[in-house]
Amino acid sequence: MTDTPEAQSEDATEEAEASISEPEMLGCPMTESRGQIVLHVARDRYVEVAKQLADEGYAMCVDLTAVDYLKHMDRELPTSVIGERFEIVVNLLDITHSRRIRLRTQVPEADATIATLFDLYPGTEAMEREVFDMFGISFEGHPDPSRILMPEDWNGYPLRKDFQVGTIPVQFKGAAS
Amino acid sequence: MTMIADEGAQELRPRSELTARELLREVGSVLRLSEAEAAKLGDLPEDPDEDQTMIINMGPSHPSTHGVLRLMLELQGETVLRCKPIIGYLHTGMEKTGEQLTFMQGGTNVTRMDYASPLNNELVFSMATEKLLGIDGDIPERAQWMRMLLSELNRMSSHLLFMATNGMDLGAVSMMIYGWREREEVLRFFQKVTGLRMNHNFVRPGGLAADLPPGWRDDVLRILDLLPERLEEYDILMTGQPIWRERLQGVGVITPNEALALGGTRPILRSTGVEWDLRRHDPYLRYDEVEFDIIVGSYGDAFDRYAIRLNEIRESMRIVRQILDRMPEGDYRIQDKKVTPPPRARIDESMEALIHHFKIFTEGFKVPEGEVYVAIESPRGEIGCYIASDGSPTPYRMHVRAPSFVNIQCLPHMMRGGLVADAVAVISSVDPVLGEVDR
Repeated sequence: MTDTPEAQSEDATEEAEASISEPEMLGCPMTESRGQIVLHVARDRYVEVAKQLADEGYAMCVDLTAVDYLKHMDRELPTSVIGERFEIVVNLLDITHSRRIRLRTQVPEADATIATLFDLYPGTEAMEREVFDMFGISFEGHPDPSRILMPEDWNGYPLRKDFQVGTIPVQFKGAAS
Repeated sequence: MTMIADEGAQELRPRSELTARELLREVGSVLRLSEAEAAKLGDLPEDPDEDQTMIINMGPSHPSTHGVLRLMLELQGETVLRCKPIIGYLHTGMEKTGEQLTFMQGGTNVTRMDYASPLNNELVFSMATEKLLGIDGDIPERAQWMRMLLSELNRMSSHLLFMATNGMDLGAVSMMIYGWREREEVLRFFQKVTGLRMNHNFVRPGGLAADLPPGWRDDVLRILDLLPERLEEYDILMTGQPIWRERLQGVGVITPNEALALGGTRPILRSTGVEWDLRRHDPYLRYDEVEFDIIVGSYGDAFDRYAIRLNEIRESMRIVRQILDRMPEGDYRIQDKKVTPPPRARIDESMEALIHHFKIFTEGFKVPEGEVYVAIESPRGEIGCYIASDGSPTPYRMHVRAPSFVNIQCLPHMMRGGLVADAVAVISSVDPVLGEVDR
């Protein structure tokens, strides 16, 4: 009986610590990477969060890219985020307050699709096409889902980690072949 | 005559093959109307039927496309209705290559992206690496000021190149020679400092490859003394000329909201009157310690973009003069054994130094896990470098946010409704470097 309040307060501090170590913003876990703010957005809330940020003043989507974490699945992520193979990385910029924010969204290999940000930021059109071209992640609702850098009949997605880099065989003089 | 083209869905297709939404996007309605309003319209009423228009191909090897940019234009008479840039002809997989090279070697790769401003590419890559290493606060003062000097001189040489190509594209052919002549003065200085005219790999993680050579100050002063006069000649030759103004004023107009929505930076955004410069609003190096003005336009047309670049050369010269006065003495690279190779003299006398030197150039240095995005102001816009590291000596992922790649998206919106003869002026005013677009 007597130690219940203590236990409760311990629980409370643990909870408080947990909430300190994992701060949130717009309902998404927020981390800091080398002083830069990173939001880990769930895939189903991706457009919604981007919309809220756009309304907050992040008027420009400076960059949208992806990372294939196939060979680095044990990367550091907030505990509530389950790491998937692909990650979409969006960098937003607010020019009135001169601040930046980065969104990271996990995209599973089995279902490599994500909603497009085109309606919100028309400037992501070419960037999303590039991500599709290089990683094979398709953007639902993108108005022109074609390849952009590689030829139309290219097989495979070059920036995936299981896409091998081409090599030129070197023939050494006198070496047994 | 119909022909199956090479690039398939990447090309501009006839209207009959498009859905309403695709067509609306291609004519740029997304920027002008809300989605709901656009859907109500169904099709833009003022646009003619297919039998009154034709789709022509411009490029990939057209002298005014600055490399291998291919544009497909839908024309009605001489009016451009739709335009689609088709890119990728220079794609060499530089981001993939970047994953194979160590952080030490990475500079040789990124410097070849925007070949008209290589030092800025190296700078952003080095700054991203330094941020990942956590040494971005420890870079010696002299290194910071040297980087700033090279970055500003590079901005001048890049804009001088623009003056040359812009003049050439619009028929002021002699301008081409003048622009190249002045640019060569700057490149000669680069050659003296770095050993190469272009693709220097001089800015490296931790500082620079070498100190400035003796007599560098006189060389810079010579450039600074020479240029103002030459820029005034440009003013006489171009800025004040009625023909020049006619060709550029009111051509390729873009509004601030359009530029922001499309991600256009630097001259494109600033020509619309938005004052945004990373050197001022998100200072890196020592830009917060020098005085300079941000040049903005007001009409968002090709003439404003030309005038911004011309005056930016003058602003860069102003910054360079301040750098000359304030260049501190000291080390040109960080003395952190982890990233800096030992001095050449030490290698002769110390076995450890030799091993260290060997290790750093064969294995490279390990960079702690993490990811970082660093952006700086290149002559073409915001150049950003996103690096994800897994703790090994090579970047796990190295992505460069190329300003030209994003700026090229503005072309269809600038061209719509203009004349096909102005298309050249519009491409030229965006000043894309195709090495950077395609990477």
